[in-house]
Amino acid sequence: MLYFIRRVLAAIPVMLVVAVFVFLLLRLTPGDPAAIIAGDMATPEQLERIRESLGLNETLLVQFTTWFGGILQGDFGTSLISSTPVIDLVADRMWPTIWLALITITLSVVIAVPMGVLAAWRHGSWIDHLVMTFSVLGFSIPVFVIGYLLIKVFALDLKLLPVQGYKAPSQDFAGFALRSVLPAFTLASIYIALIARMTRASLLDVLGEDYVRTARAKGLKERRVLYRHALRNAAIPVLTVIGTGFALLISGVVVTESVFNIPGLGRLTVDSIFARDYPVIQALILLTSGVYVLVNLLIDLSYSILDPRIRY
Amino acid sequence: MSDDTLRAAVPIRTRRIMAHVGIAPMIAAIVLTLIVLAALFAPVIAPYDPIQQAPAMRLKDSTPEHLLGTDAYGRDLLSRVIYGARVSLLIGIGVTVLAVVLGLAIGLVSGFFRYADAVIMRIMDGLMAMPSVLLAIAIVSLVGASIWTVMAAITIPEIPRVVRLVRSIVLSAREEPYVEAAIALGTSMPRILWRHLMPNTFAPLTVQATYVCASAILTEAILSFLGAGVSTETPTWGNIMAESRLYFQLKPWLILWPGITLSLCILSINLLGDKARDVLDPRMGKREA
Repeated sequence: MLYFIRRVLAAIPVMLVVAVFVFLLLRLTPGDPAAIIAGDMATPEQLERIRESLGLNETLLVQFTTWFGGILQGDFGTSLISSTPVIDLVADRMWPTIWLALITITLSVVIAVPMGVLAAWRHGSWIDHLVMTFSVLGFSIPVFVIGYLLIKVFALDLKLLPVQGYKAPSQDFAGFALRSVLPAFTLASIYIALIARMTRASLLDVLGEDYVRTARAKGLKERRVLYRHALRNAAIPVLTVIGTGFALLISGVVVTESVFNIPGLGRLTVDSIFARDYPVIQALILLTSGVYVLVNLLIDLSYSILDPRIRY
Repeated sequence: MSDDTLRAAVPIRTRRIMAHVGIAPMIAAIVLTLIVLAALFAPVIAPYDPIQQAPAMRLKDSTPEHLLGTDAYGRDLLSRVIYGARVSLLIGIGVTVLAVVLGLAIGLVSGFFRYADAVIMRIMDGLMAMPSVLLAIAIVSLVGASIWTVMAAITIPEIPRVVRLVRSIVLSAREEPYVEAAIALGTSMPRILWRHLMPNTFAPLTVQATYVCASAILTEAILSFLGAGVSTETPTWGNIMAESRLYFQLKPWLILWPGITLSLCILSINLLGDKARDVLDPRMGKREA
């Protein structure tokens, strides 16, 4: 229990550092922040309006406490472009991203774990080499290149799937499913590579352990040895890499949504950066970092379920 | 000269490298050398000026004059891809040097001085929690895009990984008897860091550097592709792909050629990095290979 509380508390300074960094990013940039946001064509009135809405006329400390206090109460500021609260913008755009992320993670685990198990089980065989080759390729080919390759083959040449676009699942489920296949596989490529590689490495370690030899010696079926004894113990590094790989997933979402024209948070990020809509950028970096920290916190805490020796 | 004297003449590490090099790293080394040569001698090799527009030659398919065809402005795609290697490699090398030097310095301090450690590591944890691509595009959009700002923006999110690696090595090395002896003898702090602790980091850092380089080239391409990289007038692989997005359904190879070149480049660096890890750190190698 003590560990549990300590681990949760340890996430707070990390988020605080992120908040300070995101806050200072605009303020420490050389030049007048209002002018940076407004661009070269801004009138003095526009500049003043931006300064007003970002509170730039106050001291840094006052600015930070006002801003951070607002966030703690769920107020992420107001978009400079559309004048709507940032939180509403995010709520509008989050579902395509959440769907994409959920499908991708499910797909990755379902494909990568058996791949890694097979490679470790038949260590040194052609299956092993195939899995490792795939994993090196998946890790090295950029997400957007994979995306365009998949579009070229499955949408343009074979005409099996739509090229790009998005449909909400509540309106047109078939359209949503068809349009999710390519983006999900695109985004999953690097995740599959990462998870398959870690599953294999971790399982190889475990397969050399005494209890696996004992399990085999007492005549257990190979399947039972693998799934009941080995995989469970190999799971912790795999879970860890799913957590740290989440950062890749977030970057991948931004690119994938651009390639496939999906109106999610990734597109919102890119759009806000070009519009220099700073409150939105701040909120998005803070939110994605928050999700990343939360995911890794949950994974850390779940270790005790997998390994009863770890007690909190 | 007998076989034994020959063997003795070649340092053990070199021999190990020669015995270990397989077919994949060999091809990777060749591909990477070709890309480096193409970048260095781009003006000589490229058949056309990469920014020379030729309206009459728009979106042509592959011909003997234009091996990879031409883009929407009639510019020769092959020449543009060759010139694109310059920015990618420059950013890759620049970021690697910056991230390794800064990460090494911060990591040494963090691993050796306990009071600085807590603060530094919290900052690094915070940096790691921010998605690197988002952070980089945010920085570039604020300070304006040039090759130097892009380099700096990509370096910042790469530093924490180097710091963590160096710190973990220093933490275990400082318990070693020779470091304790040095402290007991009253050796100055900079000298302990420089002479006794830093050499331990070289092998792992070499491996890490290859991954930083691959990651930097990838991030640069993503920034260019999203339109937040170096100016669109400079041909970079990401810029070429971004410009060709409108015509993708018509001329998919305009995107695929720079994309494949980029992938080959990153793949080669990763393969060489894996190889370096196997050679320099046999323990890790056995686990993964």
